[in-house]
Amino acid sequence: MGESSSSATHIVDCDILIVGGGFAGCGAAYEARYWGRDLKIVIVEKAAIERSGAVAQGLSAINCYMGMRWNENQPEDFVRYVRNDLMGLSREDLVYDMARHVDSTVHMFEEWGLPIFTDPQTGRYVREGRWQIMIHGESYKPIVAEAARKAASEVYERIVVTHLLPDAQDPKRVAGAVGVNVRDGSFYVFRAKAVIVASAGASHIYRPRSAGEGAGRTWYPPWASGSAYGLLIQMGAEMTQMENRLVVTRFKDGYGPVGAWFLMLKAVATNAAGEHFESARLPELRTRVGAYADAKPMPTCLRNHLMLQEILEGKGPILLHTERVLDTPEKEAIGWEDFLNMTIGQAVTWASQGIEPTKVPSELILSEPYVMGSHAVCAGAWTSGPKDVALGEYSWGYNRMTTIQGLFGAGDTVGGSAHKFSSGSYTEGRLAAKAAVAFLTDHPGAPTVSETAIAQLRTTVYAPMDRYDAKKGNVTTGTVSPDYLFPDQGLHRLEKIMDEYAGGVSANYITNEHLLTRALEHLRRLRVDLGSMAAKDLHQLQRVWELDHRLWTAEAVVRHTLFRKETRWPGYYYRADYPRVDDENWHCFVNSVYEPASGEWKLFTRPYRALF
Amino acid sequence: MPTYVLTDKCKGCMECVKICPSDIMHIDPVQGRAYNIEPPMCWECYCCVKACPEAAIDIRGYAGFAPRGQSVVPTRTPDRGQWKIRVLNGDTKELVFPIRTTPWGSIRAPQEAPAPPAEALRSELLSFEPEYLAVDALPTLPRPASAGG
Ligand SMILES: Cc1cc2nc3c(=O)[nH]c(=O)nc-3n(C[C@H](O)[C@H](O)[C@H](O)COP(=O)(O)OP(=O)(O)OC[C@H]3O[C@@H](n4cnc5c(N)ncnc54)[C@H](O)[C@@H]3O)c2cc1C
Ligand code: SF4
Ligand code: SF4
Repeated sequence: MGESSSSATHIVDCDILIVGGGFAGCGAAYEARYWGRDLKIVIVEKAAIERSGAVAQGLSAINCYMGMRWNENQPEDFVRYVRNDLMGLSREDLVYDMARHVDSTVHMFEEWGLPIFTDPQTGRYVREGRWQIMIHGESYKPIVAEAARKAASEVYERIVVTHLLPDAQDPKRVAGAVGVNVRDGSFYVFRAKAVIVASAGASHIYRPRSAGEGAGRTWYPPWASGSAYGLLIQMGAEMTQMENRLVVTRFKDGYGPVGAWFLMLKAVATNAAGEHFESARLPELRTRVGAYADAKPMPTCLRNHLMLQEILEGKGPILLHTERVLDTPEKEAIGWEDFLNMTIGQAVTWASQGIEPTKVPSELILSEPYVMGSHAVCAGAWTSGPKDVALGEYSWGYNRMTTIQGLFGAGDTVGGSAHKFSSGSYTEGRLAAKAAVAFLTDHPGAPTVSETAIAQLRTTVYAPMDRYDAKKGNVTTGTVSPDYLFPDQGLHRLEKIMDEYAGGVSANYITNEHLLTRALEHLRRLRVDLGSMAAKDLHQLQRVWELDHRLWTAEAVVRHTLFRKETRWPGYYYRADYPRVDDENWHCFVNSVYEPASGEWKLFTRPYRALF
Repeated sequence: MPTYVLTDKCKGCMECVKICPSDIMHIDPVQGRAYNIEPPMCWECYCCVKACPEAAIDIRGYAGFAPRGQSVVPTRTPDRGQWKIRVLNGDTKELVFPIRTTPWGSIRAPQEAPAPPAEALRSELLSFEPEYLAVDALPTLPRPASAGG
């Protein structure tokens, strides 16, 4: 008897379902409870919320804080900064909205017990940079999870959500989600009046630089499976900026962060010969991007670009001169703590390679690309903005609601609203949850869920285990079978396709129309092979569905990159056939909708509107 | 690797299995002890190391770029984290940082605050605002006349 017929099915009815208990999901649970006292609020999470998501290890900075109470920054200043950093393309209503609320989130975190560096003289938070403040953040996630646990009615853990459920009467209305409990193998059907998707961005879409045993050393965690995008695209939600994927400059191999080094410790980077290369390269940059080259601060992608050019000319490695700035034991401790609180692998790298940061510089490198919506990029769902500031077609419904009725997003899920980071993702979760409570008040009825749809999904979800049981006897032993692929095999294929055809590290981030078209052909065949995946156990079953979400994300990235005929973000990727920024034709959003009924993708543009 | 479990210390208590965000710490049914089932999906996040009551888990840096010979050992108390680092040449460093300023479990649940008036649901304010913004009012913008919609 196969897994699909033997495992139990549990039905959970709730008012608000939160998919993913990371930063945005925890913020959503907290705020939903404040406004919806009697509501049944459920979090479903594939790990354990005390240590799940991008903040599992902790963090050493809060990267988004205005400091309005000390008149340090106003939300408009932040919008100008983001406008600049994203090369003129962000949903400024969403950016503004997050920025005007983010301080209240941070003050709440401090009250809950998060240690924030404070200047004893001024009483103000210690700034790492204009927007960043320093924290002792080893326990950032468990603190935030404590509040979410108290707020939620129930938290279901170790359940990987595989699909969203549409309303049986209206495919453009969400009715819940399904998933598998990877501990006991049971099937979960969550029926909900509103769903908030907060299931994060994606690593391992592109082949990572690290290989073999070290493949898990990506900057974004290996469990960032693109579920936010995979779940939404299949439902037919409109997506935006999926071509705007992220490449980060980090310490080589360990991927330790550089923010504190550049911004606070004022360390400088040079090429191997000790030369400062940025200013010498500005003229070339101006021919590519025009006035954006002189924007201050220089956009993240352009800094990447300058470094990449230097490396391609054989002038690497790029060195960050830690040895020139670590002149006190306190500064050295800050340097180590920066890693120990969020990228311990970098401390391991230093320790194992005998690198003494007070004596020698460290190598920097550009990472493989990631797809996310909360950093110096903003891929994700097209959502409605706040009524009081959103312009024109940016507001059609409830704040942070996608184009699917009752389906909200927050954090990496929401496109166009860059630079949220931890505090802003949490804040966006709060915004989405309050709007979801208002939606429920206006739409108190429960959507209908079709029994046959659930039965079909159930069969689909467990098929890889059933297939393995049925076919494993055809070959002796081992991992090679003509009948199926295991998830790691499929993942390696996906990473190779994206790396080589869609501008990964081995292609120096360069692609063009021909390569992208080939990528789509390869992805289509991978999609076919995904129909014959095998899973030996529940852990592999989770990996199969993560791969499915990654493949949806990858396809969206390729289609968007193909549609945008310019190179808007050099340093993130290059369209070799359209190497320049083309403001005249492309200062607009590229959006897409996948139609579940026909299997067709539609790509189109939406206008950019400046908030002021 | 990168995590490995010392046979003599592991009691099979499952704490690492419960916490690993990558779902890769599992109990070996034969030995009854934990091990890393999928090293290439390990982030070296040390969540399992911190959670193990027996200090049975350690991490050997990724073989792909980290020479052997180092160790980083975290220990948590309710309010402090301590890190012992042994570098390649045998030197050690010890760093101690606060991790929380309030007792665990002390966070006030949102439902403990008085319920907001019904009409507040339609305002742009989030819970405890504007008080927690620490400014007089939530900023907004004048909508430009040309905005439409
Ligand atoms: C190394 C690193 C350093 C960073 N540094 C900083 C910093 O210094 N300051 C700062 O402010 N921010 C920093 N960030 C960014 C910040 O962590 C993210 O912006 C933020 O966590 C995004 O929030 P999120 O809720 O969208 O995603 P996450 O916090 O990642 O949460 C997503 C959740 O969804 C769950 N999930 C995913 N898929 C499924 C599924 N299919 N079913 C069920 N559950 C699922 C995950 O397990 C996870 O709990 C850093 C991130 C990284 C990786
Ligand atoms: S937490 Fe430690 S003792 Fe418990 S199972 Fe894991 S390794 Fe063994
Ligand atoms: S270090 Fe992190 S990812 Fe690796 S096994 Fe431990 S908890 Fe899991």
